[in-house]
Amino acid sequence: MTAPEPGSLLHPVASCADLVPRHVVKARLLGQDLAVWRADDGFINVWADRCIHRGVRLTVAANDGAELVCPYHGWRYSNRSGNCAYMPAHPSDAPPRRLRVPAFRSEERYGLIWSGGSPEAEPPRLPHLEADDTLVLRALPVNVPPDLALQGLHECSYQLGPAAGDAASISCDSAGPFAVAVTARTGSTEEIVVHFVQPVDGGRCVIRPVMRGTPAAGRRLSILRHHARQLEELRARLESSAGSRVTVRGPSTALEPLPRPSTTAASGRAPQLEVSVARKWLTAEGIAAFELAPMSGQLPSFQPGAHVDVHLPNGLVRQYSLTNGPGLTSVYRLGVKLEPDSRGGSRCMHDSVHEGDTLQLSEPHNNFPLRRDAARTVLIAGGIGVTPLLAMAQTLERQELAYELHYFAQSDDHLAFGEVLEPLSTGLVKHLGLSPDQTADEIEKITHDYGAASHLYVCGPGPMIEATRAIAGGSGWPDDAVHFEYFKNESELHDTSTFEVRLARTGRTLMVGAGISLLDSLRDAGVDMPSSCEQGVCGTCMATVLEGQLDHQDVFFNDSERAAGNQMLTCVSRAAGERIVLDL
Amino acid sequence: MTITDGRQTEPAIGPADPVAVDQWYALTALDEIPVGRAVRTKLLGVPVSYCRDHDGAPLAWLTQDSLPAGAPVDARTLDAPLPTMADYGYLWTTVGEPGGALFDIPETAEPDRRILNAGTFGIFTSGPRAVENFLDMGHLPFVHPGVLGQQPFTEIVDYQVEYRSSEIYAVNCLIFQPKAAAASTSGQMVNYTFRVPHPLCALLYKSTPEDDVRLDVIGLFVHPIDDGRVRAHLFNCLLDTVNTDGQLRRFQQGVLAQDKPILENQVPRQLPLDPDAEAPTRADKTSNAYRRWLSDLGMTYGVVASTQPGL
Ligand code: FES
Ligand SMILES: [Fe+2]
Repeated sequence: MTAPEPGSLLHPVASCADLVPRHVVKARLLGQDLAVWRADDGFINVWADRCIHRGVRLTVAANDGAELVCPYHGWRYSNRSGNCAYMPAHPSDAPPRRLRVPAFRSEERYGLIWSGGSPEAEPPRLPHLEADDTLVLRALPVNVPPDLALQGLHECSYQLGPAAGDAASISCDSAGPFAVAVTARTGSTEEIVVHFVQPVDGGRCVIRPVMRGTPAAGRRLSILRHHARQLEELRARLESSAGSRVTVRGPSTALEPLPRPSTTAASGRAPQLEVSVARKWLTAEGIAAFELAPMSGQLPSFQPGAHVDVHLPNGLVRQYSLTNGPGLTSVYRLGVKLEPDSRGGSRCMHDSVHEGDTLQLSEPHNNFPLRRDAARTVLIAGGIGVTPLLAMAQTLERQELAYELHYFAQSDDHLAFGEVLEPLSTGLVKHLGLSPDQTADEIEKITHDYGAASHLYVCGPGPMIEATRAIAGGSGWPDDAVHFEYFKNESELHDTSTFEVRLARTGRTLMVGAGISLLDSLRDAGVDMPSSCEQGVCGTCMATVLEGQLDHQDVFFNDSERAAGNQMLTCVSRAAGERIVLDL
Repeated sequence: MTITDGRQTEPAIGPADPVAVDQWYALTALDEIPVGRAVRTKLLGVPVSYCRDHDGAPLAWLTQDSLPAGAPVDARTLDAPLPTMADYGYLWTTVGEPGGALFDIPETAEPDRRILNAGTFGIFTSGPRAVENFLDMGHLPFVHPGVLGQQPFTEIVDYQVEYRSSEIYAVNCLIFQPKAAAASTSGQMVNYTFRVPHPLCALLYKSTPEDDVRLDVIGLFVHPIDDGRVRAHLFNCLLDTVNTDGQLRRFQQGVLAQDKPILENQVPRQLPLDPDAEAPTRADKTSNAYRRWLSDLGMTYGVVASTQPGL
């Protein structure tokens, strides 16, 4: 029998009891330094102990319950994925998805955290122990190679007997390649302790003893003390026989990090990932909530304000904002309002999509990014427009940044995601049952004093966004401080013009005729333009304009961006004159 | 029992790197050097000793058994002294053959400048990591909150990096500082210029409330003990008529005390020069330029040399 590769097995790296809330624990396995932390949702993260930005150890980072925050430049890394969630030097940029701390497997068994191993590896399942009935004894680091420690445990097992009773008969057996089980029998009682050996690196290990069963409260302390003393003696003997030199950086098998989420490359409007509906519930009057879980692996990362395209079973494609707060990385959580005049999108989500169903999605896109460097952040939500703002509010709350979330709704019953709203109490202001005029008055009050470094985000019905932009503009809010996202483009679109488009990079020229969009003409000419809403709302199909007058028909750009005239959304906008030149 | 400290290599004794060897290094502030008594240290892993002679002139030599620490030294009988210079308030020496003179800091010639060593800090890091930290604006709101930066005003707007006569300059570096003016309640944007004239020395120029035109100059002069340990000297050349030396020292020492634990938790201690070894953003333009510059100079001491060809 050949011994298994240590790198193919899972090994203990910490005891569950070490993972105190909001702390980061240092560990080392097979030469790899690890930062181990538990998020508030209970998930245990085992990561490489090194900030990918400038190499600072993440064991000195802050655990805010959802993310680790590096103390050097404040980069934030998400629970589960290890993705960089925020780079404070660039407050309005979404960090590229490739920026990710290597994350390793984490499993709990016998009161220990297990990591490393090949993807198929499982923590040991031993006849000696019962999964939820163990007492984790004090772990002991030993400066000898793991094989010497295992050998020593076998040879000295007669010394590792129970705390009470000297008539014990003691036997020992291998409980797998990195564990020694010691069984002591006194009359009819049996005490079993399994000593797991964590290979720290080539020259060091940690012995982690776990006892079967829970001793009576009165005996606990004496058992712990007894075993600690015996192991301490074993350590002294092992270290003195192993000689004087300890190699810290010994031979190591590289630990295999978890794979990145895999998605199909973006192309046109094609879906990129498959998810299952893990949970569906009615979160408010007429609003269904969905949690979408990955079929395997992890979901691509996203920032507050992001949305996904959902490819519905009936063939329609709809955009829904992610309401997730920081650290919620296991599912995408959406809210869908049933529109009375639904063209089949929200009706299908409400009536035909059920728990357990499979859906196709795009990767998250973010055309409504949140800046986190504002002195004041005002979030104004109308009805279901609250969804992206919920993600923002939770982020600001978690980072302890000042914000107000003004939630306009018909009544209490119409407030979605109550369980998310409740912990927001300080920033949340509810405005219920107001008429459009009363709403305008409220918005007037909210925005009347503009101060430097303030930002306003509004999402809701079209007329409410229009009103908010007008009112805030009147109170001195500059265009670049007012951010908005429409659900749909309610303006009347016209596509009767004919014009010529020159593509500067390839030197090609094409004609766009009446009745066909610029986006479709580009695609016909073989340009792989991404798109999402295809109605001038989301901004995904944006192109840079080098020359020519524009006929903007979108609801994405603000007035100054329109006036600048250097960008356009190809799905709805057209040339105002006869010719435009695009940077494509 | 011997335990290595987790580094990839033992500290180098006597580096093979001519780029690092053929430089002047500031060992200690002149006014902190005892007269006629040997002080031992290391420079680039090489044991060296120094003192001042009875005329106040600095002396340095390769450590000899016959002159233990504290031993009386007679300049006239000292064998093969190392070259020394007394500049900007420090004793500079070398274990190699620096081709030219030390870089110039023209501001030090202005008569109304306050010139002092505001502090010397022992830090377990490499020289290049220490210099990069000095050039780094992104860390100010996090490591020096309430003093040199403040959250959430963390944005680093674009600035320019230039090479001028084989030195690096980073200009128009703006950062929001809460204490920029004593009476201001809202803080203000401060404009920095950084200059790197030497692989282990950097300077920063910053406006001062006491002069509309001229700038305060603050320098970091690193004495590399070996490739994982430094003594970092903070050089001040200020237009300040208000603060005492003690106040200036306390301020700078407070700042460096905040950087020390960060620097000592960076792995590896040596600065990786491979552009893919760490993940810079546009805010790190100065640091990228510095890494490339060291790479181009052929520096191998205190760095993890790039394995990429042609860099
Ligand atoms: S080193 Fe961690 S954020 Fe820069
Ligand atoms: Fe600093």
